Amino acid sequence: MIERKDMLGLVDATAEELSEILDTAANMKKLLRQGIKKLPHLEGCTATILFYENSTRTRTSFELAAKYMGATTINIAASSSSVAKGETLVDTGKTLDAMKNDFIIIRHPMGGAPYLLARTVKASVLNAGDGMNEHPTQALLDMCTMREKFGRIEGLKVAILGDIKHSRVAKSDLFGLTRLGAEVRMFAPETLIPKGIDRLGAKLCATREEAVEGADVVMGLRIQLERQQAGNFPSLNEYAEFYGVNEKVLSLASPDAIVMHPGPVNRGVELTGDVIDDERSRIEDQVLSGVAVRMALLFLLQQYRKSRA
Amino acid sequence: MLIQNGSVIFPDRVEKKDVRVADGKIEKIADRLAPEKGERVIDASGLHVFPGLIDMHVHLREPGFEYKEDIESGSRAAVKGGFTQICCMPNTSPVADNKVVISYIRHRAEEVDLCKVRPVGAITKGEAGEQLADIGEMKKAGAVAISDDGTAVKSSRLMRLAMEYASGFGIRCLCHCEDKELSDGGVVNEGYNSTLAGLKGIPRAAEDVSIARELCLAESLGVPVHICHVSTFSGVRLIRDAKRAGVKVTAETCPHYFAATDDIVTGFDTNTKVNPPIREEKDRQAILEGLKDGTIDCIVTDHAPHHKNDKNVEYNLAAFGISGLETSFGFAVTYLYKTGILTLPELAAKMSANPATILGLEGGRIGEGAVADLTIADLGEEWTVDPAAFVSKGKNNPFGGRKLSGAVKYTIVSGAVKYPF
Repeated sequence: MIERKDMLGLVDATAEELSEILDTAANMKKLLRQGIKKLPHLEGCTATILFYENSTRTRTSFELAAKYMGATTINIAASSSSVAKGETLVDTGKTLDAMKNDFIIIRHPMGGAPYLLARTVKASVLNAGDGMNEHPTQALLDMCTMREKFGRIEGLKVAILGDIKHSRVAKSDLFGLTRLGAEVRMFAPETLIPKGIDRLGAKLCATREEAVEGADVVMGLRIQLERQQAGNFPSLNEYAEFYGVNEKVLSLASPDAIVMHPGPVNRGVELTGDVIDDERSRIEDQVLSGVAVRMALLFLLQQYRKSRA
Repeated sequence: MLIQNGSVIFPDRVEKKDVRVADGKIEKIADRLAPEKGERVIDASGLHVFPGLIDMHVHLREPGFEYKEDIESGSRAAVKGGFTQICCMPNTSPVADNKVVISYIRHRAEEVDLCKVRPVGAITKGEAGEQLADIGEMKKAGAVAISDDGTAVKSSRLMRLAMEYASGFGIRCLCHCEDKELSDGGVVNEGYNSTLAGLKGIPRAAEDVSIARELCLAESLGVPVHICHVSTFSGVRLIRDAKRAGVKVTAETCPHYFAATDDIVTGFDTNTKVNPPIREEKDRQAILEGLKDGTIDCIVTDHAPHHKNDKNVEYNLAAFGISGLETSFGFAVTYLYKTGILTLPELAAKMSANPATILGLEGGRIGEGAVADLTIADLGEEWTVDPAAFVSKGKNNPFGGRKLSGAVKYTIVSGAVKYPF
């Protein structure tokens, strides 16, 4: 059982917790593949999906996961501008709590916001991405896909290439993967590598070839145009030329390597179209893992809630 | 009033003396003085008598933000913290950029009648960085310095003119050093902990570039300049080098820069959010070194009280600032004196004599004929920080639970005991 009210990040997740979540997710994934989409475990529960940032993929994934588990779901799309001038997050949280929500799934443009919410409410809070901080369910789904392919996380060499600095995915992946014994290599323009990431366990590489050489997993991260506009690199073309992953780079990876990406992909920037469509790509499987992992987390957090009731 | 048996801190020594106070002045200092009939006697046995502490960098929020703090609550916090004089920054509403607001602050402080409040005027009108404020008029009304604290004057040309013009009135610029393009919306120090917390970092260079500019301007003009709340190791080095080269620079730092590192930000406690941000151990060590070798002249609080509404929000949205008047002395005793980094006369210089000299204030020393601004403290007493018990309206202090040595027992302002209340 997972001994926590909330899932805010993998920064403090233990190897045992991660294994239990991934074991449960593997079972959920099996059920999904069998077409089973109605489970009773969250019947009578309410999950509010409170998103202060636009999202299609993650929001849909969470909503389906909650519905498949039998929960009633509510969607709130709050624009991030209303955060600054409207009701405070603390007040929103208190209101949702008063309505007897069991789960609040929050995405927020500012790091730490789910922690503030979790301190405020009795509901279990799931972090669906907070600023540059964490995106724990994305990392768990990445690990779910990796573990299904390789049967393990320990000893895997995972190369992450792209905008590391602004990526909550890279950080959660780093925490989760290293905790389970994988090697995480990172490569990006110097302007997109956050200070001290090596002290958090990342192996910084000098070239993309060094990062990908012998890797079991090659993961691209989305490069946003606004980062180019902010001067982090001169152009998307130059990015693709020096930092993107093409078939030639990918050929350096382990023969049975897989290609991953949290999506949405900029074709021809972080990964070439050929790489995305390569048979080694697991980008679609990641999506299925996403629903499974979120079902697993809701289930495990609900077990904990029941044990404390 | 007779203060008996205290260890009196002089600029060059500590001696057990009796001190007689009369008519707001120190009348007599001697080995043994007998109380006169009806004279109040303070038994300072086992206690130390400091020249009244001076904090040359606080925010009192009045006028305009009285829900955060006002001149009365801020002054109460000051005397509780051992301060007999404080200098309040001009980022009020309206901004203290004219003689009317400066006069208002002085008159309110006189009504409140706790500690001496010395207003700092703005450098530019509205702290907008475009036109010089009426510096001469503000000085005449009682402003002791000028600052656009909270922001830096962006234009190097205007800053140069401000330093040059102010020097004609014998007052100096207190420079909040920050290149806003480099701090770029950051909220914590850029480094391992900003990455760990996923919070946007403020690089040291944002502060250092601005310090370097002010040093260059002051050097080229041959005028004095004061650098506010130094937080970086590299900033300490810039100032040290400038001092050696003869630049007329003075500098200050705050307890949170010598007693904490940014390890405390990762729990998203918004009370740790302060500008400049709390940095890393190497910065803390450099600041201790700078205090020891005289690079840093003053210890200030940058007391920045906020209402909980301004802090109980997302880290990015939270206001910058720490409420520090009631803990500063304890931090200084614990982290600077008990550790052997500063002697008591050196500590007294940083917290009293140096600010007085820099700003041309009365006080700062204990001697016959001097104003009777005195702080009497028990350096052996240990206590635990409890922000909820602050008399300041601002309970925003991240050091709750921290054990400190050094408790203020009496704060005497112009011969009158203002604390205990």
